[in-house]
Amino acid sequence: MGFEVPAEKNPGTIAEVTIGATPAQGGTRSNAITIGGSTALPFLFFEGKHPHRPALAMEVFDKVPSKYPGPLQDYYADVINDPGEMARKCVEQYGAELISVRLEGTHPEKGDRSADEAVDVVKQVLESIQVPLIISGHSHYEKINKVMTRVCEAAAGENCLINYVETENYKTIAAACMAYNHNIVAQSPIDVNMAKQLNILLTDMNFPRDRIVIDPLTGALGYGLEYTYSIMERIRIDGLSGDPMLAFPMIINPGYESSRVKENRVSEEEYPDWGDQELRSAYWEIATAMSLLTAGSELLVLYHPKAMDVVRKNLDELYGAESGN
Amino acid sequence: MTLSGLEIFKLLPKTNCTECGVPTCMAFAMKLAQKKADLSECPYASDEAKAALGAAGKPPIRLVKIGVGARAFEAGNETVMFRHEKTFFHQTGIAVQLKASESEEQLLSKIREIETYTVERVGERLKADLLFLSSDSDAPDDKEAFQKLVGMAKEHSTKGIILDCAEIESLEAGLEILKADRPAVYVRKEVSEEVFKLSKAYNAPLVLTATSFESLENQTVKAMKAGVEDLLLNMEAPDLGMQFQNNTILRRSALKKNFEPFGYPLLTIIEAENGMDLLAKASVGLCKYASIIVLPRYEKAMLYTLFTLRQNIFTDPQKPIQVEPKLYAIGDPTPESPVFLTTNFSLTFFLVSGEIENSGTSAHLV
Ligand code: B12
Ligand code: SF4
Repeated sequence: MGFEVPAEKNPGTIAEVTIGATPAQGGTRSNAITIGGSTALPFLFFEGKHPHRPALAMEVFDKVPSKYPGPLQDYYADVINDPGEMARKCVEQYGAELISVRLEGTHPEKGDRSADEAVDVVKQVLESIQVPLIISGHSHYEKINKVMTRVCEAAAGENCLINYVETENYKTIAAACMAYNHNIVAQSPIDVNMAKQLNILLTDMNFPRDRIVIDPLTGALGYGLEYTYSIMERIRIDGLSGDPMLAFPMIINPGYESSRVKENRVSEEEYPDWGDQELRSAYWEIATAMSLLTAGSELLVLYHPKAMDVVRKNLDELYGAESGN
Repeated sequence: MTLSGLEIFKLLPKTNCTECGVPTCMAFAMKLAQKKADLSECPYASDEAKAALGAAGKPPIRLVKIGVGARAFEAGNETVMFRHEKTFFHQTGIAVQLKASESEEQLLSKIREIETYTVERVGERLKADLLFLSSDSDAPDDKEAFQKLVGMAKEHSTKGIILDCAEIESLEAGLEILKADRPAVYVRKEVSEEVFKLSKAYNAPLVLTATSFESLENQTVKAMKAGVEDLLLNMEAPDLGMQFQNNTILRRSALKKNFEPFGYPLLTIIEAENGMDLLAKASVGLCKYASIIVLPRYEKAMLYTLFTLRQNIFTDPQKPIQVEPKLYAIGDPTPESPVFLTTNFSLTFFLVSGEIENSGTSAHLV
């Protein structure tokens, strides 16, 4: 018995989702980005198609998170309080393909900024850069529903990715996305069945299939990564096996989650065994991103410029010419 | 063709002598059926049983042992493609490369640093497993420098050892120093009869290297014929994308197709431009099927990151690491000390207990 490449065929195809709109498409972006469309497990080109390379986004804030770590301050200190300028830096210097605007400051306990202020921030970022936008919220339902409804309206035509809805709170934001033609992130707490359930609820209200991205919820390296990793593999395997309610691209947040962990915040003097803090800060995000790329993520939101650099390089290799693409 | 536990049981001696390590022949038969044991572990198996079981009796990925005693390291015996299907049994070995061309002083300090570097995380002690000793002078080996390096590793380290050199004389010299230590041998080129001889004489597992599946298959078949049983496979690839696909193909061939020539653990040498790049590639290797990753350079933050990733990926998904649910004393608590309540997931428990310790308060933790 000689060797044969053990290629497997899958009946399912992951949905293709396009974010952003050029002037010809009714928006103001220089380009749109499409993710998804795979017919095989990640980066396996010998048995299926991967029409779109996973995309790398970076994030700016309406209000700087209280746990924003020191090693990142070094890169962004000059622009951190100016979301428009920070977005420009991320795109022009660090090569972000999309920008996520995180509206954490509208949370009643984290600044309680108004919906109008949120709209201003989004507009400011739309003007300063031309890449597609992700707009990221929080879990204070009443407030975020108000904010996202206004933001969806203000960004009409831009075909943004509205991040996120949950099983307990999806109707208002999903309706706004439908009214103003935006895409949506369906977030569920590291659970295949809950991810599926939420997608069923969304499609039941006629939310278009090619506008849904799953957020399986990211656990950072050392903080639940293994749960996220396996849930993502299961979601992807089920999606490719033909379950249409799980056949969606997936977004993950290695930047945000890594920035919150202790490994990003304590020095080598305090924890000698943990090694250099600068390096550790980038490493943590890189390991989280690379492992979850192999588990099936198509859209990654990163924070660390060095992580951006090296993840892009290795994504090029995984998705590269040598791989038969 | 696979046999059921009962079919295998009928072929065993049924004496329940326990020498295979389990209490009954039936239990051993079940392990064989699940491919978690090898028929050779039963000293009394009949030729008939051996013939009937044949390939079906072997685990699809052989368990390979490098080193003995304190140096012992095991790789292989994996049964699934995805950790959620069951679990990954043997975590990826982290090997650090040391080059004979470096100064004696540098080498000694690295050997000592790797030897003593351990980190505690979520109640487990994490450390590197192996040293990958390379003769890196051009064309002819600097045999003396290589011998010196091997000697230092033997004297100052308890890690398992993999020998990597260009010439058979240097290899033999290295193996002679480590006669009783069961090092593995990394074969840079197409494998030769001389290497098989040394492997058998010194009981040393071989790492076979190839750039194509055909060449790898040829070499493993030759090795099997020559009677070398303990192999590791290294497919060299021009980039991470090919590496990733190759490893997937090798693992799948072994598990899904029972393709014997690829039924061995994989070793991947991580080649990278800088530390960040190295970490990215090592992370992918660790997730996708390398039983050993060789790091050409290291520092603590890199090792700590990889240790953590390894701990995550190789945790048994059926039993997340937990602590016993009970009352824990932190510091020197009195009846007046505060009581904290948390869950018994180890991650949460150690985070919370660490925070309380750092705050300097004595407390009870439930
Ligand atoms: C990994 C994870 C899991 C893993 C658990 C791994 C583990 N921790 O051991 C798994 C998959 C098992 C899991 C299960 C569940 N999870 Co969970 N999980 C997460 C996740 C992704 C990361 C948590 C984490 O460790 N973060 C890193 C650490 C550093 O940050 P931290 O969370 O802020 O933790 C600090 C503090 O909370 C504090 N702390 C924690 N406990 C205590 C106790 C005391 C006394 C003190 C002083 C401090 C303290 O110490 C930590 C270190 O600084 C979060 C979402 C997220 N991204 O944050 C959800 C999250 C925490 N999970 C959530 C939920 C709902 C669940 C489940 C109930 C889901 C379900 N339906 O079954 C179960 C409950 C499991 C259980 N018995 O606890 C919710 C909690 C919502 C809420 N506020 O009530 C979250 C926020 C996700 C969400 N948005 O839905 N989860
Ligand atoms: S060693 Fe062989 S004979 Fe003895 S209990 Fe095990 S299977 Fe049975």
